[in-house]
Amino acid sequence: MAQMNMKEAIRDAMRVELNRDPNVLIFGEDVGNVGGVFRVTEGLQKDFGEDRVFDTPLAESAIGGLAVGLGVQGFRPIAEIQFIGFIFEALDQIVIQAARLRWRSGGKYNAPIVFRTPFGGGVKAAELHTDSLEGLIAQSPGIKVVIPSNPYDAKGLLIASIRDNDPVFFMEHLNLYHAFRAEVPEGEYTVELGKANVVREGSDVTIVTYGLMVHTAVKAAEQLEKEGIQVEVIDLRTVSPIDIDTVMESVKKTNRVIVLQEAQKSAGVAAEVIAQINEKGILHLEAPVLRIAGPDTVYPYAQIEDTWLPNPARIIAGVKKVLDF
Amino acid sequence: MSKVPYEVYTEDVEALSVLSPDGEVINKDKMPTLTDDQLKEIMYRMVFTRTWDDRAVNLGRQGRLGFYAPVSGQEATMIGSEFALEKEDFVCPGYRDIPQLVWHGLPLYQAFLYSRGHQHGGQIPDGVNVLMPQIIIGAQILHATGIAMGFKLKKQKSVAITYTGDGGSSEGDFYEGLNFAGRFKLPVIFFVQNNGYAITTPFAKQTAAKSIAHKAIAAGIPGVKVDGMDIFAVIRAVQEAAERGRNGEGATLIEAVTYRFRPHSLSDDASKYRSKEEEGQWNEKDPIARLAKYLEKKGLWTEEDTLRVREEAKATVNEQIKKAEQTEKMTISGLIDTMFEVTPKHLEEQKADFE
Repeated sequence: MAQMNMKEAIRDAMRVELNRDPNVLIFGEDVGNVGGVFRVTEGLQKDFGEDRVFDTPLAESAIGGLAVGLGVQGFRPIAEIQFIGFIFEALDQIVIQAARLRWRSGGKYNAPIVFRTPFGGGVKAAELHTDSLEGLIAQSPGIKVVIPSNPYDAKGLLIASIRDNDPVFFMEHLNLYHAFRAEVPEGEYTVELGKANVVREGSDVTIVTYGLMVHTAVKAAEQLEKEGIQVEVIDLRTVSPIDIDTVMESVKKTNRVIVLQEAQKSAGVAAEVIAQINEKGILHLEAPVLRIAGPDTVYPYAQIEDTWLPNPARIIAGVKKVLDF
Repeated sequence: MSKVPYEVYTEDVEALSVLSPDGEVINKDKMPTLTDDQLKEIMYRMVFTRTWDDRAVNLGRQGRLGFYAPVSGQEATMIGSEFALEKEDFVCPGYRDIPQLVWHGLPLYQAFLYSRGHQHGGQIPDGVNVLMPQIIIGAQILHATGIAMGFKLKKQKSVAITYTGDGGSSEGDFYEGLNFAGRFKLPVIFFVQNNGYAITTPFAKQTAAKSIAHKAIAAGIPGVKVDGMDIFAVIRAVQEAAERGRNGEGATLIEAVTYRFRPHSLSDDASKYRSKEEEGQWNEKDPIARLAKYLEKKGLWTEEDTLRVREEAKATVNEQIKKAEQTEKMTISGLIDTMFEVTPKHLEEQKADFE
């Protein structure tokens, strides 16, 4: 089995699907000739030609609208939005056009589109390159939101997203592209959308999280283990829809929960997870569910982003607070 | 020191005109080739659409239709542009462009259902190549661009046509669509019905450009202006644009200057922003009266024909609105099932809240 970092795994997923299905297309700003600003699509234009992997003019709304039109024509577009903050320019096409197409046509048309975009903090990037906007998209009916935390999941989730007949917003954490290598099977396999993964078992507290924060949570859990505290870590992998069944199984076991996200605290995925826990089984809880998240500010400039982002120390303090309730 | 030679296009573009207001062909070179049957069919569609529009306004007042944007005055642009297409060509409409959908194959009762807020209105029948009416101004311009790219990739010699208005030509999506279509040489027709008003805002306050056709220059595609009350000019322009698209020559922008005789919608009052004099001047240019004069001279149409088509249209509208009214009401459960191909568990569970 090959060792790949997350970037290579994502590229491999696209290569597998370009090979398998002639309707798969990749386009966006700078994705063709050089393979994107992060080189995620490097080499794909050379291997699959300019009709299937191509650079577009610089206009995000048009990238989204092109994807919708091509989807109507039976293609399966993978549209890259160069940086997360640029989705605002394409928001109408993503959440109003692509996400509503099946509904608007009563099922006649669909938008089998993957919108790929890098996001996530800790890389000293410019403004609007790092925001965690998953909550914004997750609030929109008709589109799924997927955030992988490791190379294996990234490839399997992306293949599943490309094959999905509805639009998927696929967010790739910048700090995970080169973070580590892991075994990734060759060829095709899928990781089911909407299925969470228990990445670490524990009996005292559950941390529900996704993306880079899965690793931050595991770090905190490893430190807490030395103190005899057993933390279970759940990687949601898909933040819309949320796999509440896997979360509830864990809640029933630990009775204490923290939801950890890199995004600002309010009205986001963490809030939704807590609301669903509340609906599904508040009586299983021995303590209020805590949110550990960024503060409700604009994502900060590089100088203080390390303080802004949740870290193991804040998680450990949170776990103790929940245990001591 | 010499000045940079800035250039502003201060001259308006001359509009293509084929049929004079008194029904004479004044530009034989540009007269589209149409058989007598086709000429009668065009006239039939225009009278039919005008009658349906009259009825729709009344149905709206009676509460039997919901949102409805009247079309009277724009029959030449709507019916002429659609008539110039093939069935395989794809129509991406704005919210007012219901006649193009209907004449491209959408059953009238479905158009009424759309107005009544029923999802079946958007369930386009197989083989009818149209998108649903777009509410976001200009979003459909980009869909047409993508659909045109699909034709190009499939090597299918069809074109996409998309409609917007003078207001829509100010949208970012308009410029992005023109630029993409120019860059990729896509078989798409950007058809702007310049009816003089974006709801209440007059064209003079919309842009400093002398014409919308000028806006093609920046995208590197041809732009033409046509008299939008002259159905032959409209058909000719769209035929040529479609021909260019089919031949791999790329996109075309067409500005058709027209007028909506009625207000923007049933809840708009045009007297607040237009004068009676202006409305009177445009009524003189009525595209149906103009074509009728031409056809009457050729012995192809009489006043009796108009009356006959009106009666036929009224009967059809009555029957189709009844069909719309008798269509089973939507359900929340049915609505939920149209969000995704496979309804996710959490959404499936939400059905229970409405049972």
